[in-house]
Amino acid sequence: MEKFEKLTGIAAPMPLVNIDTDMIIPKIFLKTIKRSGLGVNLFDEMRYDRQGNEIEDFVLNKPQYREASVLVAGDNFGCGSSREHAPWALADFGIKAVISTSFADIFFNNCFKNGILPIVLPQEAVDVLMKDAEKGSNARMIVDLEAQTVTTSDGEAFAFEVDAFKKHCLLNGLDDIGLTMEKAASIDTFESAAAQARPWV
Amino acid sequence: MSPKTLYDKIWDAHVAHESEDGTCLLYIDRHLVHEVTSPQAFEGLRMAGRKVRAPEKTIAVPDHNVPTTAGRENPAQMTEESRIQVEALDKNAKDFGIHYYPVSDVRQGIVHIVGPEQGWTLPGMTVVCGDSHTATHGAFGALAHGIGTSEVEHVLATQTLIQKKSKNMKVEITGKLKPGVTAKDITLAVIGATGTAGGTGYVIEYCGEAIRDLSMEGRMTVCNMAIEGGARAGLIAPDEKTYAYVQGRPHAPKGAQWEAALNWWKTLFTDEGAHFDKVVTLKGEDIQPVVTWGTSPEDVLPITATVPNPSDFKGGKVDAAKRSIEYMGLTVGQKLTDIQIDTVFIGSCTNGRIEDLRAAAEILKGKKIKDGMRAMVVPGSGLVRAQAEEEGLAQIFMDAGFEWRLAGCSMCLAMNPDQLAEGERCASTSNRNFEGRQGYKGRTHLVSPAMAAAAAITGHLTDVREMM
Ligand code: SF4
Repeated sequence: MEKFEKLTGIAAPMPLVNIDTDMIIPKIFLKTIKRSGLGVNLFDEMRYDRQGNEIEDFVLNKPQYREASVLVAGDNFGCGSSREHAPWALADFGIKAVISTSFADIFFNNCFKNGILPIVLPQEAVDVLMKDAEKGSNARMIVDLEAQTVTTSDGEAFAFEVDAFKKHCLLNGLDDIGLTMEKAASIDTFESAAAQARPWV
Repeated sequence: MSPKTLYDKIWDAHVAHESEDGTCLLYIDRHLVHEVTSPQAFEGLRMAGRKVRAPEKTIAVPDHNVPTTAGRENPAQMTEESRIQVEALDKNAKDFGIHYYPVSDVRQGIVHIVGPEQGWTLPGMTVVCGDSHTATHGAFGALAHGIGTSEVEHVLATQTLIQKKSKNMKVEITGKLKPGVTAKDITLAVIGATGTAGGTGYVIEYCGEAIRDLSMEGRMTVCNMAIEGGARAGLIAPDEKTYAYVQGRPHAPKGAQWEAALNWWKTLFTDEGAHFDKVVTLKGEDIQPVVTWGTSPEDVLPITATVPNPSDFKGGKVDAAKRSIEYMGLTVGQKLTDIQIDTVFIGSCTNGRIEDLRAAAEILKGKKIKDGMRAMVVPGSGLVRAQAEEEGLAQIFMDAGFEWRLAGCSMCLAMNPDQLAEGERCASTSNRNFEGRQGYKGRTHLVSPAMAAAAAITGHLTDVREMM
């Protein structure tokens, strides 16, 4: 996995609440057996009309947001299905951080596995960042994972929390499976004890 | 020892490793797999030269993509991409030696219906699947939740999941339900009360007399939608009904093992005085048959209500409500019972079990669906289908004018050809009313099976209590 470097980029505002994974990547694109190439279909039904033409006023179609690498979104972002195609599509488009007051659980976890940093901040902070994002491409937001801060184009900084283990993995681009396999002895021990205690499993 | 919740007990019994910061490796007893969220995970294993650590605990079934019409074994019935996905699962199941129910097997069905039906799901287990509705299995007092594809690969390779413990939440439904009110109404009413993020960060334990009174099928319906309330999982403590459901199923323990299992299962309850971080209580008598009016499962109202005014909401929900009402093609103040329906879908892992089909058939018996109505029943598994045929339910549906389909997810997520057309309006027993969920610009109202049947007859959303 790619390392999460300090990010300076354009933030796109999506104030809608409850943006679900069906909106992020509609199910017709789940038929792929690959992880890549989903970026063009990110937010497909909001982004294109039935003929496949871009819908002008959708935020990521506006010239100033085409290169966005941060999303500032309404509450409960990523609710709905477990599809990892949602973070795959975001990552493939180039989104590296999403900021909201809250995220759905599975989506939140999926982000970290794909080099995306989901940032939870209180409503007041998200409001300020949303305003900053509305300024378009001249404004650059800074996401510093090491320092755990998001800074607006005006230099106002907000500190955020992140799980220490997840931060470590993201900063170093570590693969979970490899890390877990180093603990194989613990798993072996647990497995034999469990087989004794609950042989019917 | 300090008192523990049911969640604490199952959690503690499955921690294979704990790091200093509280990150745990949770051992997984059952891993369920389907065709849509697994190909990339198996591909990852192949690329790294890894094996499936516990193939005997891994069960696969294709369900999301499969056609539900006759002759579907013929690959020509599927779109090219769907066919590739199902064939990939066929091959992966074979190559990695995991249990498999192919489309041609009568036991095939929706993964969350097949698991319990075959006795794979047992009390006190940890169960995961690359599908958010894995919460369903919590009805057995199993800790069950959905995972993403990277985690599917992680579980395949290590039989564990990297987890931090969630908080405990109790949802108590006291007293008795009124006639016409079902498990689906309970679970929707809870989401209406707590919101779609109300359970975020929690594992919910459902309890109270109204929950105890539910059958196993009903409990599965309740736990199934824990995820729509944002929770990582839903749980119900096992009891005599649970044991009776499990006993004798193909993969349930037998003989001395059964006795040993039973002894442990009987310790699986929340101790007196255990701590919950959040408690929500609803009175069973107050719950009415409900429907959703908008495009989020929290947009729930009793069937007797009217379409709300966006100005009744606060914050970001004002715009969301405006957008929902426009998308759904409704008018503020319109009676919900005046909403005309084009299509009725009965099925899904929420309501595709035998009891759901019985409840719908009860309303439909001797009646016909409204002229021009498209109505379909998609049983949750081949075995549910066979049982419904044996009980004469299939005939009732067909006589009423319903299509009687083969098992699968079907119009719950409309990945196969079962889809709504643009603007088409559906009363659906599934679990998600998101924009485009059942087809591009399709409009979904979530209801119980009995309410779906009532709407099929009258052609509009209907209070089922008037037909009982
Ligand atoms: S029936 Fe619907 S919710 Fe259930 S597993 Fe299938 S697609 Fe998901």
